Parts: sequence; C-alpha cells; structure tokens
Amino acid sequence: MFGFMRKKEEAVSEEQKPGLFSRLKQSLTKTRQQFTIALSQSLLGSQVSDAEFLETIETQLLMADVGVAASEKIVAHLISARAKQTTQDAPHLQEVLNTALVDILKPCEQALKISAHKPYVILMVGINGAGKTTTIGKLAKHLQAEGKKVMLAAGDTFRAAAIEQLSVWGERNQIPVISGVQGGDSAAIIFDALQAAKARDMDVVIADTAGRLHTQQHLMAELAKIKRVIGKFDSHAPHEVLLVLDAGSGQNAMQQAKQFQAATDVSGIVLTKLDGTAKGGIVFALAEELKLPIRFLGVGEAIDDLRAFNAEDFVAALFEDK
Amino acid sequence: MFDNLSQRLQQTVAQLTGKGRLTEDNIQEALRNVRIALLEADVALPVVKDFLETVKSRAIGAEITQTLNPGQAFIKVVSDELTALMGTANSTLNLKAQPPVVILMAGLQGSGKTTTAAKLAKLLIDQEKKTVMLVSCDVYRPAAIKQLETLALQLNTPFFASHSHEDPATIAKAALTAASNQGCDVLIVDTAGRLHIDTDMMQEIKTLHGVMQPTETLFVVDSMTGQDAANTAKAFNDALPLTGVILTKTDGDARGGAALSIRQITGKPIKFIGVGEKIDALEAFHPDRMANRILGMGDVLTLVEEAKRKIDEKQAQKVAKKIQKGQFDLQDFRDQLKQMQDMGGMGSLLKKLPMGLKLPQSAVDDKMFVQFTAMIDSMTLQERRYPALIKGSRKIRIAQGSGTQVPDVNRMLKQFMQMEKMLKKFNKKGSMKNMMRQMQGMMPPGGMPGGLPPF
Ligand SMILES: Nc1nc2c(ncn2[C@@H]2O[C@H](COP(=O)(O)OP(=O)(O)O)[C@@H](O)[C@H]2O)c(=O)[nH]1
Ligand SMILES: Nc1nc2c(ncn2[C@@H]2O[C@H](COP(=O)(O)OP(=O)(O)O)[C@@H](O)[C@H]2O)c(=O)[nH]1
Ligand SMILES: [Mg+2]
Ligand SMILES: [Mg+2]
Repeated sequence: MFGFMRKKEEAVSEEQKPGLFSRLKQSLTKTRQQFTIALSQSLLGSQVSDAEFLETIETQLLMADVGVAASEKIVAHLISARAKQTTQDAPHLQEVLNTALVDILKPCEQALKISAHKPYVILMVGINGAGKTTTIGKLAKHLQAEGKKVMLAAGDTFRAAAIEQLSVWGERNQIPVISGVQGGDSAAIIFDALQAAKARDMDVVIADTAGRLHTQQHLMAELAKIKRVIGKFDSHAPHEVLLVLDAGSGQNAMQQAKQFQAATDVSGIVLTKLDGTAKGGIVFALAEELKLPIRFLGVGEAIDDLRAFNAEDFVAALFEDK
Repeated sequence: MFDNLSQRLQQTVAQLTGKGRLTEDNIQEALRNVRIALLEADVALPVVKDFLETVKSRAIGAEITQTLNPGQAFIKVVSDELTALMGTANSTLNLKAQPPVVILMAGLQGSGKTTTAAKLAKLLIDQEKKTVMLVSCDVYRPAAIKQLETLALQLNTPFFASHSHEDPATIAKAALTAASNQGCDVLIVDTAGRLHIDTDMMQEIKTLHGVMQPTETLFVVDSMTGQDAANTAKAFNDALPLTGVILTKTDGDARGGAALSIRQITGKPIKFIGVGEKIDALEAFHPDRMANRILGMGDVLTLVEEAKRKIDEKQAQKVAKKIQKGQFDLQDFRDQLKQMQDMGGMGSLLKKLPMGLKLPQSAVDDKMFVQFTAMIDSMTLQERRYPALIKGSRKIRIAQGSGTQVPDVNRMLKQFMQMEKMLKKFNKKGSMKNMMRQMQGMMPPGGMPGGLPPF
C-alpha cells in the first residue's frame, strides 16, 4: 500500500531488532563518541592544568551545542569537585560529570500522561521543518499502542501538500484525519476536529500546525489564537502543547523555545533528528534554562522512531564505551 | 540575537581602550570574548580556532594606526577577517551549458530543498526569462512529490510527474528527456532529505548526480543549524561536487554562524538566502552584508532594496490620494499594517537598520500591530470608513471580538489618528517614495554609531 516507503521500512525493521534502548544508543553513537573523546582528552591526568582542563572540557561541551551557560556551569562544578578530591583519577571525575549531567536532565524526565479528559488535546508547535507532522504520525502509533483512540487534525493549511502528508500518516495508523482546504482557517479546522472527536468518542486529538519562525509575531499571534479557540471547546484544552525542536539546531533553539513558550504555554518538548546529528547537547541548555519536560526523542523518519526521554539512559548513552 | 556578538565586541573595545598597543597578553581576553561570541553564534569550533589564529597574528603589532585606538584596531581586524571568510563575490547561477541545464538540490531533512527548488524556478522564470521544469525524486517523504507539484502549479511552470514507487535515477532521467523534448531551458531536480551518515542514501544521490551531470549542485542548509553544520557540509561536499550553498530561514533570528562554517569548510560560495516561506522569498547572498549583519552594522542596503520592491507604488499613490481628500480610513490603516507585516514586521525591518538607530520599543511593537489588525477585523465596514462612529457600546463589541480591552481600542484609535496626521505631513512633501528617501536620510553617512570605526 505504501510502496514508496518500502526501502525505509525494510531498513527500520532490521534496525529494530536490537531493542529500544540499544537503538536509542545507536542513534546517539555520534554524541557518545564526541563526549568520549572529550573526556579522554580532558581527563588525561593531573598534569593538565586547571586552565587547560577548563578549556578542553568547555570547548567540547560547546562543540556538542551544549551552550555557553550550561557548559560553564558543568565545568565549574567539575573543577570544584576536582579541587576537593584527593584522588583526581579519570574514572572518578567521569562519575562526577555523569552525575552533574544527569542532575541537569532529571527534572525534564516526565513522560506524557494522557489524563481522563476526553478528548485529550495535543497541540503541536514549532518552526518550519522541525518534524511536527512526522512526530504526529509516530505519536499516534505510540498512543494507539496504549489503547487510545486517536484522531488527527490537519491544522497546517499553509505549506503545500501538508494536508496530504498528514493524511498519509493517518492512513498508516488507520485513524481519521479531519482536514479542510489549503489556505483555510487553521483554528476552525482544529475546532471541527474536536467536535468530530467528541461525537466519535475519541480519546486523543493531535492537532498539527503550520511551521512558523518564532520571530514572525503575526504567526505567533495566530498560534495563540488557535490555542484560545481550542480553549473555547474545553477550558482545560489543549492539555499538552508539544514544542518540536530539531536536535541539529544550535543555540537558536533556546530562542525558539522561549518564544513558543510565551505564545502557547508549551508543556513539553520533542527533540527530533537525534539519529542524524553528532550533537544533542542543546538538551542541557534547555533543561537548565527552561525546565520544560522533554517528552520524546525522534530518532528516524519511520513510524516507530520515537523514544521516551530518560535522563540516565541519555547520559549513559553519551558516555558508555563501545 | 545579532546584537550579542557586537555587544561582546564592543566590550572588547572597552577593555582594550587605553592600552598602548596590542600584545599577545592584552588581547587574550578579547580573543576569548570573540571565541565565545562566535560559538554562541553557532560557528563551528574548528572554524573558530582557525579564525582566532589569524586574528591573533594580524592583531599583534603592526596594525595600529594614528586614527584607530587599539580596541578599534582589534575590532577592525576581526571585521576584516570575518568578511574575508565569508567570501568576496556575489555568486549567481551558472546557466551556460547545453539546455536543459540541470540544477540538483541536496541536503538534510527539512532544510528547505523543495521550497527552495520552487523559489529558484520563480527566480529563473521572472529574472532570466527561462522556461523551467521541476521534478521531484523524493520517493520517501509522504506527499513530497505532491508538495512540489502544488508549487509548480502555483508558478504555472512545467512539472514532471513522478511516483513514489519509482527509482529516483529513473525519474530524473525521464524528466531530462521530457525537459529536452519540451525545449525547457532549465530542469530543477528536487531530492529527498538525507543524513550525511546514511550511506545508502548518500550513494543514491551520488548515482543521481552521475546520471544527471548537473551544472549546479546546491547544498540547502538551515541557517539555524548548530555545530553540526560543519560535519554535514563536509560530508555532502565530499560526496558531491557541490557548486554552491543556499542558506534558508534567515528570516529568523539565528546569528547564522553556520554560514561561516560551511563557507570555510566547503570553500563553496553561498549563492542565495531564503528569507521566508513564500515563493518569492529568495535573495542573492552578499558576503559583506552577512558579515556586517553578524557584526551588528545593519544591512541598510538590503532594507532599502526590499522596501523598494515590496511597497507597491500604485497602492501608495492611492493612499496618498485618499489622504489628500481626507479619506484615509481604518481599512487603509489596516492595509498599511499588513504591508509592514509582509515586509517581515517591524522587527525584521529594524534588524536591518544599524545599531543605535533602534526606535523606542513602543513604536515598534509588532504585537500591537497584530492586535490592531484583529480590532479592525472586528469592525463593520461602516465603522472602518467612519471611525468617528466608534463609541461606547461599539468599542465594547470590538474589544470582545478581538480578544482585547476597551483601552486597547482607544489606543488603536489614537494611533490611527496620529498616523493620519503624520501621513498628511508626508503627503505635503510628496509621495511614499519620499518617505523612503527620508528613511535613507536618517542613516548616518557611514560608520557605526557608538564609537566604533567605519569598516
Ligand atoms: N532523520 C530524521 N528525520 C526526521 C525526524 N523527524 C522528522 N524528520 C524528517 O524531517 C523532515 C521534516 O519533517 P516534517 O514532519 O514534515 O516537519 P514539520 O514541517 O515540522 O511538520 C521530513 O523529511 C521528515 O521525514 C527524525 O527524528 N529523524
Ligand atoms: N521562514 C522560512 N521558512 C522556510 C524557508 N525555506 C523553507 N521554509 C519552510 O521550511 C519547511 C521545510 O521546507 P521544505 O522545502 O519542505 O524542506 P525539505 O524537506 O528540505 O524539502 C517548510 O515549512 C517551508 O515552508 C525560509 O527561507 N524561511
Ligand atoms: Mg508539517
Ligand atoms: Mg522536500
């Protein structure tokens, strides 16, 4: 039926064999390598001066898109730990670093819980091409596996063929997609979907929206309006606003997150394309500054390439050797 | 975001001012500031390192002149080197080949390949009077072919239909034959997004390149990309003989350090920048402007050009006439607001002005514009035409309709009256054109405000 995904799906089913966690690690291999190199370089021993130590580790964190503020904090922490300890061996410092990194990410480890609200409304937001529509396809499968009845709302009425793209994900999941016409009113379509969901006793509605840059204030205002309209249907809705961020993006992800949070009260983050980039370090900066839950990681283009976020796994996957 | 780098550089100036000359010792801190600034701007670390080495060797000793203090001299070195790194020439597309000339698009997922393919087609149709065929070899992403087809339809340009069960190279070959038969000048080949570490997919595009022998192979990259820009650019450049780079989504506020990294690592020119989602939002890349923008000098030229292109002269004249007759109404006000938004909003306009020319925040609030538009949308046609009608209960209705408060409505009406007054004044002096000229006149004759030297 979906012959055009043939090649990809074969690849996916092969890769799935090792199980979820190793698949995640596999997708984070690049990140891990980078950190491992960083560590072995910076932990070479006590001959390394504090200045050099600081320089190397900070440099490597920065290179992984961790960001200046978060990097400096981690480095400062390591230096003080090093000063306090009599043993300055690498394994010990690695432990200190591990703990420090897990501490930063731990508060963000909050899985998405679908409450009893019916329909539970999830609004997807983010900049252009971040992976919103693809994540919806994956999330729908994930929620169906939990026994939920899921409906999709094609709220991206701007991008060419965005509706068709979401429809394909609907077909793959064999779930209904409520859509209007290209150029139509996004809020109205989502509102229609909510009514249809109620009539059809759906558990969850996931609403797609057009990508928009956080600097486009009129489009951000439109997003706020979409949220207001959803609120008219159910004052508690949307129950979850998921901000989709591309892991390949640099420090600008922080601005994106802040602006989307201001416009729509983001309640969770999905970090996509972790299979493709050597980094993922922006997660630390996001965790430090915004303390938003990181709900999922995107690790590929196929329907099963979605992972729950787990702080220990994430950090362990960064540092585990071989 | 761009301010940050220039702020850091200004700090550097302050630190160095008063020092007799630049030495290895006293520029340490300045160099560190530049390093952090560049990293915050997402310039890749190896590029930053190279850059700092050059700056260091140039800065020490020789280059302090009578006119520049040491801090300024240091900044000048940074600026010169940055500009040099961005390249010097403004590149265009090479169309000098046997038609149909093939342009191949390549890049990561979601970077903007399909949109940019359509933008390039429009540019070639409008500016070069070429006939352009579009074809999609993206057989993976759902509705990717349909996306390009929709854009081709919008452009009313030939589209070679393909199907998701076909092989990309086969599609491309057939399209080339069709383009040739139909006498098209250019064939633009869109491809699926791919990861540089996906060996199968990289092989696929290599094959595609071999089959098509494109004249232009363009790497499309998101300007918000972080450190990884260096790795991906290198991998794509190694796999394919790239002829140029297109930097997309520059209408955002990323400082665009990726541009520097990619330029340095591939040595290939950045030919165009994407400045919006619309099909005409593609501009030539000017290395000097980009470097200036990063340094906070403002992109005055681009602003003026943009304004000239977008402000429809006729519309302006129509408004001018209405003002003369005292007929400027809320509907016109709304149109004016929309025009500003189409130009990317005040934020985008102001970003292109040199630093120090920032208007007070109250004058530039885009949110306010959005609110104003919503209010006007909630009015009856009569109210728009005769704002004086808007009193008590009407105000309440308009506020409710637009999700605002009555004081907001009052503020908007006041602003409208001010604009009407201002426009009357401008109108006495001439047309909107004059207004633009006046804006130009506001610019300083050269050099950065705030004590920085003219570069
Ligand atoms: N490699 C990879 N690609 C992804 C991932 N998520 C999305 N994509 C791809 O990124 C591109 C843009 O995704 P899309 O969902 O259309 O983004 P949207 O504009 O935010 O809706 C598509 O080519 C997707 O296949 C991911 O986790 N990994
Ligand atoms: N704001 C903005 N959006 C852009 C620009 N170029 C592309 N986009 C958007 O980025 C998203 C991904 O673009 P697309 O062409 O589908 O990317 P592809 O996956 O590389 O083919 C779409 O939502 C486009 O509208 C640009 O220059 N500015
Ligand atoms: Mg989408
Ligand atoms: Mg595409």
